[in-house]
Amino acid sequence: MQRFAPLIIVLALAGLFFMMMTQEGRNPNEIKSVMIGKPAPAFSIPGLEADAPGLTDADLRTGEPVLVNFFASWCVPCRAEHESLMALAREHGATVIGIAYKDTPDRSLAFLDELGNPFAKTGADLDGRVAIDWGVTGVPETFLVDGSGTIVYRHWGPIVGDGLEAQVLPALEALK
Amino acid sequence: MMRALTAFLLTIALTVAALAVAVDEKPLEDPAKEAMARELMKELRCVVCQNQSIEDSNADIARDLRQIVRERIAMGDTPDNVKAYLVDRYGDYVLLEPPLKPTTYFLWGSPFIFLGFVVYMVLRSRKKPVAPAPLSAEEQAELDTILGKREDDA
Repeated sequence: MQRFAPLIIVLALAGLFFMMMTQEGRNPNEIKSVMIGKPAPAFSIPGLEADAPGLTDADLRTGEPVLVNFFASWCVPCRAEHESLMALAREHGATVIGIAYKDTPDRSLAFLDELGNPFAKTGADLDGRVAIDWGVTGVPETFLVDGSGTIVYRHWGPIVGDGLEAQVLPALEALK
Repeated sequence: MMRALTAFLLTIALTVAALAVAVDEKPLEDPAKEAMARELMKELRCVVCQNQSIEDSNADIARDLRQIVRERIAMGDTPDNVKAYLVDRYGDYVLLEPPLKPTTYFLWGSPFIFLGFVVYMVLRSRKKPVAPAPLSAEEQAELDTILGKREDDA
């Protein structure tokens, strides 16, 4: 038994590393959100259109679940996930709110003109402070907020691949 | 020659020092507070670049976090308040030195566990080997035959 100890240790470590490496949905770059289960932070920002009303945290307490998507026209992965946001809004009847992160409103609007606008409401987080209050590390990030304004889920990075079917939709479904 | 070299090295050193603060960043006017803010920045991890502190990261968000640190220090926050503010948003991950709490006991204890293991291994290997029990008459006879046989073979 003694003589096999090193072999057993090495095999156990190899097994552990292999498990961590192949684990579904594990991304070492992703920091677990500490905002889940907490009320959405208070904020008040202008809308993207000059005449649009601003966006505040009160817009997240409508009794209905809402998705809050942080995006930017300069963000390439945001382009990649746009189709998923369109599908959420058009096919799945979800309310999606878009917050443009560190982007000029005219560029954000041009981005939405080009790819379609899935957002029920928009806001411009010009200096990125709202995103920091939400614990955002980079765009895109999407939060699911229940009707009472509590954050229940965060999708880190773009909603691509099976992210919509396997993660976002089940989280949304769980609220209904 | 030597003097030129010294001047050259000094120039590089000064340039590096100047670059440490990004161009668009204004240090706090109170040098004591600026020093406090800079010390604190070294203890905060940049949230997008794994193991860099926000003090030496060029990431956009690190710059925003530096600005927040300066603002809060200027407002009179203690470094602990500023840390708590960031931990509220990003979790313990932003602290380069993880706090001691039940979920991190193993992390903090692991060097001692490892050290204990090494000490155990060293002590064990130092134990004097036990002299083998003397052979019985029977065994000795068998050994002699075997050895004798070998000699015959040769």
